[in-house]
Amino acid sequence: MFLQEMDWHPVILSVRVAIIATILVSCLGVPLTRFMARKEFYGKDVVEAVITLPLVLPPSVVGYGLLMLIGKNGLLGKHLADMGITLVFTWYAAVFAATVVAFPLMYQSAKAAFMSVDLDFEKAARTLGASEARIFFTVTLPLAWPGILAGLVLTFARALGEFGATLMVAGNIPGLTQTIPTAIYFAVESGKDVLARTLVVIITVFSFCVIFWVNRWAKKQKY
Amino acid sequence: MQVDDQILVLLGPSGCGKTTTLSLLAGLFRPDEGFIKLNNQTLYSSVDKTNKPPQSRDIGYLFQNYALFPHMTVRQNVFYGLKSKKSRQASAALDPVELLDSFGVGHLIDRYPSQLSGGEKQRAALARALIVQPKLLLLDEPLSALDKNTKTVLRQELKKLHQQWQIPFILVTHDEDDASFLGDIIVTIENGHIKEHYLNAISA
Repeated sequence: MFLQEMDWHPVILSVRVAIIATILVSCLGVPLTRFMARKEFYGKDVVEAVITLPLVLPPSVVGYGLLMLIGKNGLLGKHLADMGITLVFTWYAAVFAATVVAFPLMYQSAKAAFMSVDLDFEKAARTLGASEARIFFTVTLPLAWPGILAGLVLTFARALGEFGATLMVAGNIPGLTQTIPTAIYFAVESGKDVLARTLVVIITVFSFCVIFWVNRWAKKQKY
Repeated sequence: MQVDDQILVLLGPSGCGKTTTLSLLAGLFRPDEGFIKLNNQTLYSSVDKTNKPPQSRDIGYLFQNYALFPHMTVRQNVFYGLKSKKSRQASAALDPVELLDSFGVGHLIDRYPSQLSGGEKQRAALARALIVQPKLLLLDEPLSALDKNTKTVLRQELKKLHQQWQIPFILVTHDEDDASFLGDIIVTIENGHIKEHYLNAISA
């Protein structure tokens, strides 16, 4: 059948990129968001605007910015090149692009989630002698969890579907950096209708299932 | 202001700084200047630049909305304070189950706060605050969220509780009735000015 002779590389790579990007976004995003949700400092609005910018900028602009950063002559890329590391046109660049583009979604959801946790719970824990770390893991995080989970899902879905910036920094090398969205684009361009349709069905069904399951699960988590 | 093993009531209209006063005492909010001492231990002093964190102040706090952790059962709520390092060292630990029983909420130990009535929530929150054996108990509007009957019962229970524990209580209320029933000392805050009334003779 067609599915057996189909090239599964883009599917596997897309899922891998999305999973790693989601992990990166959570590890960086949750602590940063917790900090931003509770602290006021000079220039906070500017920092928040910068974090949210990739959400509204055209993907080509984000891609261009990433090239200036990790490209062969880029700010970071230059030093990496000296060490013999090239990021552009590898699947690491795809992870990088997906992380940057999906980060604002996590930031927005997690920030709303942290802000919704009544400060009195943290204060109560403090008067009961709990350390700040223990308060975070036993009170703040569990109470903010539904919102953070929503952020995780959005991040994953966005990372899975990332196209523009990925194409610019990771390219479209079949078997190496070709993800589902880029594969669809080039399948349509070269008239491979069946392949394009199959990939469209796969990513649509998969995204639908993830979002559907998480929404059902989040409904049960209300207090 | 000064209080011995009595009930001090802070009385005043909302927004006059009663809750802020409790926050200052508990260390949840940093004062600009002055000092706070508990049993001759300095908790805060702007002169010495000392400021003990709330975790090590040994002050119990009953929040106005009780602030029971909604994702934990009554049991987990009450055990929460016992799990911190400091109180584990305390030798004569209280039995949480016994304490809850003595408050009449022992049978609700595996329920979540959302499954409790207002009065039950307050008893559970009191048990949680007292299980770590604080040296001072702060109560922020403990009776305001309750209906009239529960209120009368709990008012008496609070008074009894105070006699059992022999630690100072500082209680915030806007209700003059509650204030005169519970208070040994009543401190009125009005337009930022403080007036003290000693009612020892009446309540003794």
